[in-house]
Amino acid sequence: MSRSLLPVLVVLAAIVAIWYAAAIPVNAPWQESIYQRADETDVPFSRFVLDTWNQDRPVLPTAHQVFRELYNTTIAVSPTVPRSLVFHAWVTLSATMAGFGMGTVLGIGLAVLIVHNHAMNRSLMPWIVASQTIPILALAPLIVVIGFNLFTGQLGMPTEPARFLSKALISAYLSFFPVTVGMVKGLRAPERIQLDLMHTYHASATQTFFKLRWPSALPYLFTSMKVGVAASLVGTIVGELPTGAVAGLGARLLAGSYYGQTVQIWSALFAASILAALLVIAVGLVERLVNKRLGARAA
Amino acid sequence: MSQLQHYLALVAAGTGLFGLVALLAGAPFENPALLLFCALSTLSLLRLAVPVSLWLDGVLAALGLAAVLAALPTPAVTISPFWLTLIAAWLFAWLFVDRLSAALAARRYEPRLGVLIPLLFGISVLVIWEAVTRGTNVPEVILPPPSAIWARIVTSTATLWADFQQTFLKSVLIGYALGCGAGFVVAILIDRSNFLKRGLLPLGNFVSALPIIGVAPIMVMWFGFDWPSKAAVVVIMTFFPMLVNTIAGLGAAGSMDRDLMRTYAASYWQTLTKLRLPAAAPFIFNALKINSTLALIGAIVAEFFGTPVVGMGFRISTEVGRMNVDMVWAEIAVAALAGSAFYGVVVLIERATTYWHPSVRGA
Repeated sequence: MSRSLLPVLVVLAAIVAIWYAAAIPVNAPWQESIYQRADETDVPFSRFVLDTWNQDRPVLPTAHQVFRELYNTTIAVSPTVPRSLVFHAWVTLSATMAGFGMGTVLGIGLAVLIVHNHAMNRSLMPWIVASQTIPILALAPLIVVIGFNLFTGQLGMPTEPARFLSKALISAYLSFFPVTVGMVKGLRAPERIQLDLMHTYHASATQTFFKLRWPSALPYLFTSMKVGVAASLVGTIVGELPTGAVAGLGARLLAGSYYGQTVQIWSALFAASILAALLVIAVGLVERLVNKRLGARAA
Repeated sequence: MSQLQHYLALVAAGTGLFGLVALLAGAPFENPALLLFCALSTLSLLRLAVPVSLWLDGVLAALGLAAVLAALPTPAVTISPFWLTLIAAWLFAWLFVDRLSAALAARRYEPRLGVLIPLLFGISVLVIWEAVTRGTNVPEVILPPPSAIWARIVTSTATLWADFQQTFLKSVLIGYALGCGAGFVVAILIDRSNFLKRGLLPLGNFVSALPIIGVAPIMVMWFGFDWPSKAAVVVIMTFFPMLVNTIAGLGAAGSMDRDLMRTYAASYWQTLTKLRLPAAAPFIFNALKINSTLALIGAIVAEFFGTPVVGMGFRISTEVGRMNVDMVWAEIAVAALAGSAFYGVVVLIERATTYWHPSVRGA
């Protein structure tokens, strides 16, 4: 870890340097037209550079603008007002967590069925594998809108829980595929000889499952949960695009793109990335905790 | 037959018997197909006396599903025999699948027959979907029956083709080629510097967890509404998996092999083209496969942020808004087909070019 810390920092610094360098020519035309309208000539280069880095609606916002916006919309305002990114992030995060929970439980359940039943394995597995190759995310608007109409119309739910649930559905849908595939692999990970040993102990199928298959599937579960949680965040964000949602990081992205608020788009994007990183790290922490409790050595 | 199979057979035949009774009590000859199936499935109770081949169960399942479809258009269908037939047919399908997979596991049939099982499963799902949506009058805006989706696909091929051209042939293919190409070239350049490799690999891995799709509004702002902005999103989405996988692949050649190349006095480029790139091929194809799906997703979702009035993502988002759900499903069917075909082509190319590699030979 520490061995690669310096290179990572250098590469990050290089990315930021390229970012700032690129912002000058990209934002230059607009800056020149500002000068032209203000009848300013002979602007010194240093001022020109600083101006391109601090436009109101730059084509390419700079890092400090994005982070200032992030600061202004997270720490500087109360998290309950709609201007706050914390508020939007929470809307997205809660739907993601709900969906991810549902998807993981569903995925594990399906994997258990597949591993224990030949017929299920042969009927479902080819379709699950094939479904990995299709753009499932394209279904998001459909599921969200139909789900929303179904919940509010037929089931008479108020709009907010309905919106939440339909977003959670798409996010569950996206996270359950990786979990199923990973868990099927994991539950099959015990070798023949270990299964035979359980057999000689006269262990029942349930005992074999909880004492052998489940523990040996855990590493696979956490690996696929990391993929799944990232996928379900993307699902929630995309699910926030079509419903005319007013809250959530996806809605923030869409609003930013409607009104040309580039800084807002970038800060929403950064917030989403930070959220994704936190979610993956959280899964990793749970993994460590579980490994510790099970007395496993770190992989 | 196992215990589960016995129960399945009994319940399936019993359901058929109930269906038969219900039919005879009502108007038995209105739906000859239902009558035939119910009678035959009742007859399958004979298996209590003589063993019945698993293929007969398969035929019964197919017959039942067909009978359900045949009974569907008749509006005066009395409800209970229809649903009983559907349930019995589904149970027979389950029984058949269970028996066939047990027989396959015991190697009593050719393994190739295994393809029947997912096929039957897929067909059953379609038939049940059709029967439930039409039998219970599910509103089309919630879930259209497959037949309506198919009818929509047939009647609007021109629109679908235009969308396919815009999204797949322009945004996806161009973005995919550029993104994968750039990732590949950058990986080869970076590979020469250990420092850069150590700096970029963790970042590249990290990026794969991020919702990169969010750059779509930025790209739309920079490159306009037409396909270049979508291609740009695809480039960004496909770049990192290719970069990370190629770098990993370039490290895959064994040190023995590299030493051998050195004893041959092979130059860097000779080692690269003759040893390291071929050894990296499985990794590179892995990235190409991941990217084939990512590219399609990227292009479709990017279109949600603004497009000219053509494209798969545009069509999906507008038709959802107009409640033309059958058109949305038609578009999704095309996207699914395009996605699997794209993936399939990559796999075929992999088989053709890396046939010598153990990972491909084994499969």
